[in-house]
Amino acid sequence: MEVVQLQRSFVECMASLFREGLLDAQFSQLQQLQDDSNPDFVVEVVSLFFEDSERLLNDLTMALDQPNVDFKQVDAHVHQLKGSSSSVGAQRVKNCCVLFRNCCEEQNTEACLQCLQQIKQEHLLVKNKLQTLFELEQQIVAAGGAIPMVQ
Amino acid sequence: MARNGVFSRRWRAEKLEEFDKLCPSLVSDEVHVLAVDDSFVDRKVIERLLKITSCKVTTVDSGSRALQFLGLDEQESSVQFDALKVDMIITDYCMPGMTGYELLKKIKGSSFKEIPVVIMSSENVLARIDSCLEEGAEDFLLKPVKLSDVKRLKDYMFSEDRSRTEAKGMNKRKLPETSSNDPSTPTILPLTSIDTASTPSSEFCSSPSSPIAFSSLLSADSSSNSSMPSSPDSPTRRVKMSNQNL
Repeated sequence: MEVVQLQRSFVECMASLFREGLLDAQFSQLQQLQDDSNPDFVVEVVSLFFEDSERLLNDLTMALDQPNVDFKQVDAHVHQLKGSSSSVGAQRVKNCCVLFRNCCEEQNTEACLQCLQQIKQEHLLVKNKLQTLFELEQQIVAAGGAIPMVQ
Repeated sequence: MARNGVFSRRWRAEKLEEFDKLCPSLVSDEVHVLAVDDSFVDRKVIERLLKITSCKVTTVDSGSRALQFLGLDEQESSVQFDALKVDMIITDYCMPGMTGYELLKKIKGSSFKEIPVVIMSSENVLARIDSCLEEGAEDFLLKPVKLSDVKRLKDYMFSEDRSRTEAKGMNKRKLPETSSNDPSTPTILPLTSIDTASTPSSEFCSSPSSPIAFSSLLSADSSSNSSMPSSPDSPTRRVKMSNQNL
């Protein structure tokens, strides 16, 4: 594929991530922290986030599967997930966490399970889109092109 | 004093090696920040934020590790090789085990009380902010922390501070006449410093004349002044509120 096409796809992918609210300004902050001395910073942080969040989602699934749900524990996991999603700019995941915490407060297992479903979907969505973005980035670099700056 | 025996030559040599691997430039004017956060992601981000503002960074994942690093934990092995001069501590509030608030209190009640402590939190709770500032926190940052937050922090804390500039070299010492208003950090010399001049000791922040005395500094501080309130003019009372979405 031609570099120009790749670059266009990259710009579109990035723009849609922001437009659809999957990412927010914090992601741009991370991009600002990347430079020649740390060219993979964003990918590294995002990867860490996905590792972390997958673990948390598993923990949440198990915690909600208990006969007597420990809502304090569930809330603690959600709090962590909220923190890390906020730090990488995964806005929709973070917003789901806010709702989730309300359900924990109400000790409503059913509502919590729905929130969990929602978070998993949002998580998958942003993960896939970011993966596409990073792949495009790699392809552009491999083809000798420059990564477009998207404001 | 009692701990002199620990510093056998071999022990020191080993520790220096490890130390060198971790912090190759002992002699440095760089601001050294100890960042405490239980989240991997946040540690990575804060580390980068600090490095990009030319700080040297050590990250730890808990309050107890932070205390260990500073040599403030209660175990015998607390006399650590890596109690390198810390210029600032930045800690998350919500952490399992010891919260950032508890860590703050411990630090403010120790010989490290002059080290500015900044609290980070994802929750904009006024009562929380107030209690941290009451306990002597230098500032309170709302997460997610941005580059502008860190830059601002570094600027106001480390650019106009002349005594800190003085203190940054290897032979840093707290001036004998200084009151608690002095914002310089307690002098913990890195092990490689060999300071042959002796200085009059002032409180528990005396500059040790040799690495061996460094241990006596730590043993002296452990139980002192656990609830010393900061004076009204002390730097910890200079409240600079971060840009909060109030």
